[in-house]
Amino acid sequence: MGIYKKTLLAPVFQENPIGVQILGICSALAVTTKLETAFVMCVAVIFVTAFSSLTISLIRSQIPGSIRIIVEMAVIASLVIIVDEFLQAFAYGLSKQLSVFVGLIITNCIVLGRAEAVALKKPPGISFVDGIGNGLGYSVMLLSVAFFRELLGTGRLFGYPVLLTQVVGGWYSPNGFFLLAPSGFIIVGLLIWALRTWKPELREEEE
Amino acid sequence: MPDESKKKTIIVALAVCIACSLLVSTAEVTLRDFRYKNKKLDRIRNILKAAELPNGRDEAVKVYEERVRPLLVDLRSGKRVPISEFNDLLNIEKFDIRKLAADSQYGRSIPKGEDIAGLGRVPSYMPIYFILDGEEIRSIVFPIVGHGIWSTLYGFIALERDLKTVRGFTIYKHGETPGLGGEVDNPRWKSTWKGKQAFDEEGNLRIRVIKGNVDASRPNSAYQIEGLSGATLTSHGVDAMVRFWLGENGYSALIERLRKDMYGYL
Repeated sequence: MGIYKKTLLAPVFQENPIGVQILGICSALAVTTKLETAFVMCVAVIFVTAFSSLTISLIRSQIPGSIRIIVEMAVIASLVIIVDEFLQAFAYGLSKQLSVFVGLIITNCIVLGRAEAVALKKPPGISFVDGIGNGLGYSVMLLSVAFFRELLGTGRLFGYPVLLTQVVGGWYSPNGFFLLAPSGFIIVGLLIWALRTWKPELREEEE
Repeated sequence: MPDESKKKTIIVALAVCIACSLLVSTAEVTLRDFRYKNKKLDRIRNILKAAELPNGRDEAVKVYEERVRPLLVDLRSGKRVPISEFNDLLNIEKFDIRKLAADSQYGRSIPKGEDIAGLGRVPSYMPIYFILDGEEIRSIVFPIVGHGIWSTLYGFIALERDLKTVRGFTIYKHGETPGLGGEVDNPRWKSTWKGKQAFDEEGNLRIRVIKGNVDASRPNSAYQIEGLSGATLTSHGVDAMVRFWLGENGYSALIERLRKDMYGYL
């Protein structure tokens, strides 16, 4: 049990894929202007990482080394297409907002990274849990970034007004900068700083 | 250790391909109806929104069937296309603006100088939607397409039966920056279009999206819509697309015909 729990929880903070390994930054910038889209993206990524790691781990002893990346990509791409079609069928409004970014999960470094680093070497159970854990780690960062961007950029959270904006007679003047991609970079940077201050052992040795 | 022989490699590659394609095509086929229905419902609801009719998820199809009459129009002559001439491309149900625009027979290029919305090619045929109340025409909904800063904007503009006053405006598909240009689909901004005059008394196209506030005391304010702050290029795009589609290369031949005899057209 201990190993499963550790595999699940380590990537959330200690080995966070965005915060520590600096993977998956692209979508962290793209879909974090609103919590709603970020949340759906998180669920999609957790699903894809978990099941791609599981599938690849199940067939790992059959995959010849020379074509292993292609096999991994085929599995990941199929799962992403299924997620995309699922969203279009059952959450059309959200899938319209996420548009190309669901498809771009295919290129999310975290997914292929886990396949390469874990699923090819470890048994299915642990690979599956590792996929969920890394998806969760990605989600924690994505939702934190989206929290600040939506709140400061529009005065809302999950679409509900929290800070009353001047347009509706309140006091808050939304800062449009937080809706642009560079703000995502800055917030990710600040979060990484915060994470490394909290856990000093993550800091690299100075050269 | 996996077997690295050529034979084994090819077998694994084939097996993975077959398994993946089976999975993807099963998902595609089982979910296709849902997706098609969603797309269609989304379009219907936006036509109703532009016309300010009830458009809730459950009632939209019923309201559409009762009150909307779609027609296919030849933009060059303004004449309607009889159903007998419909085919796979020329069709209201299956209407696909990009396919039609690209087609050599049904689409045409817009000369550079006149292409204010930067569309390049447009269809020569477009569907329009008459909103009826019994036998009476209430308003007419026109599809419009244009470019924002990042993406293609798809929407509708509805005119009252005087063919001057804007009844409603909506954008149903875009990829602009959320919170900035993305505000084109903000209901509050869209509602600022209602009651504006698209044409003056002589029938000249006057409507404009302007930068900054609309001063209601000025005589031109009836033709002006306040642009979105922080989204100058998206606002320009909307301005250009509305003026393009209501102008010479858009629906003007049709509107001319309707001004002469609206009921004869149905």
